[in-house]
Amino acid sequence: MTAPALHLSGEARIGAKSVFGPLSLHVPAGQWTCLLGASGIGKSTLLRLLAGLADGVKFTGSLGAGDGLPLRGRIALMAQNDLLLPWLDCLGNVTLGARLRGTTPDLPRARALLEKVGLAGAAQRRPAQLSGGERQRVALARTLMEDCPVLLLDEPFSALDARTRAQMQDLAARLLAGRTVLMVTHDPAEAVRLGHQLLLMTETGLQPISSPPELPPRRVDDPATLALQGRLLRALMEAA
Amino acid sequence: MSRARRSLVGIAATLLLWQGLVFLTGVPSYLLPAPAQVVTTLWTSRSLIAGHTLITLFGVAISLMAGVGLGAATAVVLAASDRLRAVVQPLLIISQTIPIFALAPLLTLWLGYGLGTKVAVAVLVIYFPVTSAFLDAILRTPPGWLELGRVMQAHPRQILWRIRIPAALPGLAIGLRLAAIYAPLGVVLGEWVGSAQGLGYLMLLANGRAKIDLMFAALAVLCLLTYALHLGMETLLRRLPDAESP
Repeated sequence: MTAPALHLSGEARIGAKSVFGPLSLHVPAGQWTCLLGASGIGKSTLLRLLAGLADGVKFTGSLGAGDGLPLRGRIALMAQNDLLLPWLDCLGNVTLGARLRGTTPDLPRARALLEKVGLAGAAQRRPAQLSGGERQRVALARTLMEDCPVLLLDEPFSALDARTRAQMQDLAARLLAGRTVLMVTHDPAEAVRLGHQLLLMTETGLQPISSPPELPPRRVDDPATLALQGRLLRALMEAA
Repeated sequence: MSRARRSLVGIAATLLLWQGLVFLTGVPSYLLPAPAQVVTTLWTSRSLIAGHTLITLFGVAISLMAGVGLGAATAVVLAASDRLRAVVQPLLIISQTIPIFALAPLLTLWLGYGLGTKVAVAVLVIYFPVTSAFLDAILRTPPGWLELGRVMQAHPRQILWRIRIPAALPGLAIGLRLAAIYAPLGVVLGEWVGSAQGLGYLMLLANGRAKIDLMFAALAVLCLLTYALHLGMETLLRRLPDAESP
């Protein structure tokens, strides 16, 4: 599995209303790119365009993978809502993709992934019996089970408490290493911890922000990271 | 338990009031028998009533299975095909403007006296609420789950069976609750117009012969039967979520 780069350039509108203006996005292969910006600026639409889910959005331009092969089937999606099916246990949720495609799920691998996300004993438990952080871990295991080279993350950790969020960030950075990740986030702290690249989305397009020298996941108390977090928050406030 | 006790107190109070009214007003028993007399008749005519109750119960069981089966199958078929749904759904709604009461004599003409007619009437009564509640629920799957399915390259049929239908089971449960209440009603309606057996027939017969105490006794049994069916359905539905395994 070689992770391809992603590109998107063009503009999107819903009916007569512009969602985002002409812009050009490049997501390098095998790295984390974090996309920040004010609410309603079109970050999620951009992500949904890449995922092939932007029904009703008229996009003019081009998008695709750097290797020229189709993106379909090579993308996994993780959102703020864990989207676990309440009638399935954790194992059932992790193996959902295979069941939906009508193939036999690889149960030993699913168990191994649950163990990797720290939920070895929870295979038979249902989502309702789990905490918010645990549910998002199951969603991460389900995403990993798909084994896709490209991951689109739409604020996956934003509903978690600060401690759980930081732990999930470390876990995700470790388990998703080597894949091409595009993450939409509202949280400058999250972006500076995880991003190889940081992009600020504004009305005028995408503005790159230089990331700290340390490689992600950066320590929560790293001075350069904290300083950048401050600068980024300021940039966000000024952009809005 | 306290709710059950409160209902019992309410029923006992109503019966006492009824008994008191009959005693005080001296209304003749061929117009309104006292509860005590109804209970007596219930006991003395127990084998007659039991026989007709079994017939009705049999009709109810068959109608429930047929009505729920047909209703659920229709919902699934209509959910699977947008084109078919566009044609059939308006017809289903229009069909609900036809009063079943008016259809019952016609069904007797077509299906003759007996089981066929009453099952047909009851199925017509059950079918729509089950279809409508289940179909609505299947069509209202949370969009996030459907998108997850799309990103996972799921076949639409797999999405229907593994996401839409399981997510819609609470909707089917609403339909089943209604069906349990409507089924005895439908069967008795069918027995009124097209049967020589069953509680509905017995009530009509008793009424015609001025055996009002027997009519009340049959009515009481019908109420108990409906209530038992309601309780049975609730018990079944409470167990249902545990029965779905991955």
